[in-house]
Amino acid sequence: MRKRGSRPIYMPVRRRREKANMYSKGTKRKFSDGVDNKAVAASYSLQRQSLLDMSLLKLQLCHMLAEPNLCRSVLIANTVRQIQEEMAHDGSWQVVTEALGGSGHGPSDRLVDTEVLCQSSEQQDGGPRLYSVMGYDGCREEEVVTDKALCSVVVGDRAPALLLGTIGHCWDRGELRVEDGVSKDSGTGEEEGTKSGEGAKMATGQVFGTFEIKNGAPGSDPALEELFSDVDASYYDLDTMLTGMQSAPKMGPYDFLDSLASSHGSVSNSSCRADLNELDHIMEIIVGS
Amino acid sequence: MAGVGGGNDFQWCFSQVKGAIDEDVAEADIISTVEFNYSGELLATGDKGGRVVIFQREQESKNRPHSRGEYNVYSTFQSHEPEFDYLKSLEIEEKINKIRWLPQQNAAHSLLSTNDKTIKLWKISQRDKRAEGYNLKDEDGRLRDPFRITSLRVPVLLPMDRMVEASPRRIFANAHTYHINSISVNSDHETYLSADDLRVNLWHLEITDRSFNIVDIKPANMEELTEVITAAECHPHQCNVFVYSSSKGTIRLCDMRAAALCDRQSKFFEEPEDPSSRSFFSEIISSISDVKFSHSGRYMMTRDYLSVKVWDLNMENRPVETYQVHEYLRSKLCSLYENDCIFDKFECCWNGADSAIMTGSYNNFFRMFDRNTRRDITLEASRENSKPRAILKARKVSTGGKRKKDEISVDSLDFNKKILHTAWHPKENVIAVAATNNLYIFQDKIN
Repeated sequence: MRKRGSRPIYMPVRRRREKANMYSKGTKRKFSDGVDNKAVAASYSLQRQSLLDMSLLKLQLCHMLAEPNLCRSVLIANTVRQIQEEMAHDGSWQVVTEALGGSGHGPSDRLVDTEVLCQSSEQQDGGPRLYSVMGYDGCREEEVVTDKALCSVVVGDRAPALLLGTIGHCWDRGELRVEDGVSKDSGTGEEEGTKSGEGAKMATGQVFGTFEIKNGAPGSDPALEELFSDVDASYYDLDTMLTGMQSAPKMGPYDFLDSLASSHGSVSNSSCRADLNELDHIMEIIVGS
Repeated sequence: MAGVGGGNDFQWCFSQVKGAIDEDVAEADIISTVEFNYSGELLATGDKGGRVVIFQREQESKNRPHSRGEYNVYSTFQSHEPEFDYLKSLEIEEKINKIRWLPQQNAAHSLLSTNDKTIKLWKISQRDKRAEGYNLKDEDGRLRDPFRITSLRVPVLLPMDRMVEASPRRIFANAHTYHINSISVNSDHETYLSADDLRVNLWHLEITDRSFNIVDIKPANMEELTEVITAAECHPHQCNVFVYSSSKGTIRLCDMRAAALCDRQSKFFEEPEDPSSRSFFSEIISSISDVKFSHSGRYMMTRDYLSVKVWDLNMENRPVETYQVHEYLRSKLCSLYENDCIFDKFECCWNGADSAIMTGSYNNFFRMFDRNTRRDITLEASRENSKPRAILKARKVSTGGKRKKDEISVDSLDFNKKILHTAWHPKENVIAVAATNNLYIFQDKIN
């Protein structure tokens, strides 16, 4: 695949003018004035962020439609990726790592642990657990969709690089449809590691989720198997799913939220608190304390 | 044939408009595809409600030599019904995505119509005579008692009111996981291709239970999906060649003789990006919404969001001609992204001689470009200009600060009135333009 040029340059001034407020008049761009440059950069940053938010929202809404348009979804997802890449280049990523106390390794180690725990519990139970994984997705999806406060917190620009890794994995994981009454209890273990990328993950994942045909539990019934033999079952591969989870952002959910609360005062804390308590509880279950 | 600019040489006139006049447009009535048949005698439209309406051109009458034949309804039928996919718990829309006519082989006409998942071959036949005077049965169809028959007579054919019947002769189903965006009849008149977002299949018109997958761009890992197929077409003369376009603004030409699975293209058409105009929307606006070969087979035309490009099949690195359709929208891309208009898929078409091209825009405007004179014109499909044989006035969108009289400013454009589907008669200067639920027919002025 041919790369379309190098890293995208900043949008031309014209477009910048148009964007911050769709109907605003342009602001003149001045040269070489330190203060002005910062203002311009900040405004560009805002616009870029707003574009990112808009795109993620579109992706989220996508999966709610009867039959989302794959072309549109792919284009929006590519746009999100582009924005994230530029943000990463820009050093917005630096802000996040600082907020996390400078070291990306600590939290990620912790996360890997919990993930491993998650995986093993799933692997043990094999087939039926697949359904409960679907329940995870269903559970998580509902949580994210209905809990707007959480959603908005997560989707914020504070951790662009976290979103970076997750978009891709969503195609696969999201391919599990949230269907018929699957046990929701088993879903709680999944909370870790994904909150940060939640918006994008769920959004893009669910988008591509509708495009794969659901398969029956593999190996459960030869007749059923034959019925579904021509159905593409690759996405249902446990390994693939778990790989997706493994590479999820290396941060615990409330590590991230804590950092948000502390370093970015604009986040509304009250709505987060209740969720943090819940997450606390969930983490305890996972870690087995 | 004629030029498209105004002036002495050529002018477009209103001819007819089909469809309801009310402001309230029923979703099902929105026209989703328009196509002339090979002779231009028939004009087919498909709508969101899954219906196909075919218009037939009346013979020119000697009484009114100044008006070319008018198109009147020939047949209407329900091609596709809404379905429910139980595996995915999703509805399959009945909207007709494309109609393609088959070359006429006998008295009946045949066309392929497709929705997102299923392609159907319809045969449209007419009866305008009936036989009378059968020996073995009465006029009302009851069998006559053989012993009562004392003499033989030869049945005679008598004219009757024309009856047009459409019947589905083939149903090509279950071959596409993703949404079908194109169908194209091959020049061998035996096969055709159908393309969805990730795959292209080759069918034989007689065989409905099998199709050959000739292009598959689905990645092993759906995570890696970044590009989809947006359109595909068979070469008009070489039955082994076809092209498909992508959401990244590239076109791949494939030769079916090279391999069974044409994943590796024979030619790859892509215009290098202009780094000065790069933005976050660059990829979206480069996505190709339609690709059409010229009648000669030497060129192909692609439509992306802001422009139409003509490519010489022998030159892959850039198009030979580029026409700006509505460049004034470039500064509005963010708003258009917000309201999803940036994802609108405009089609384009050639005239019979390949000397002019046409495509749609917003505000019920459509644009025509003359390849020889390099002149272009913007016209509007509206009820206001719908007096018979009224000459269409050229429209202009003002881009600068000063708006001249009769010009319309970019901010006043109605983005809900989009012309996505247009068709040009294969031999004459007659065009069909679909404006939401209305079909406009324009033709050149006869002096």
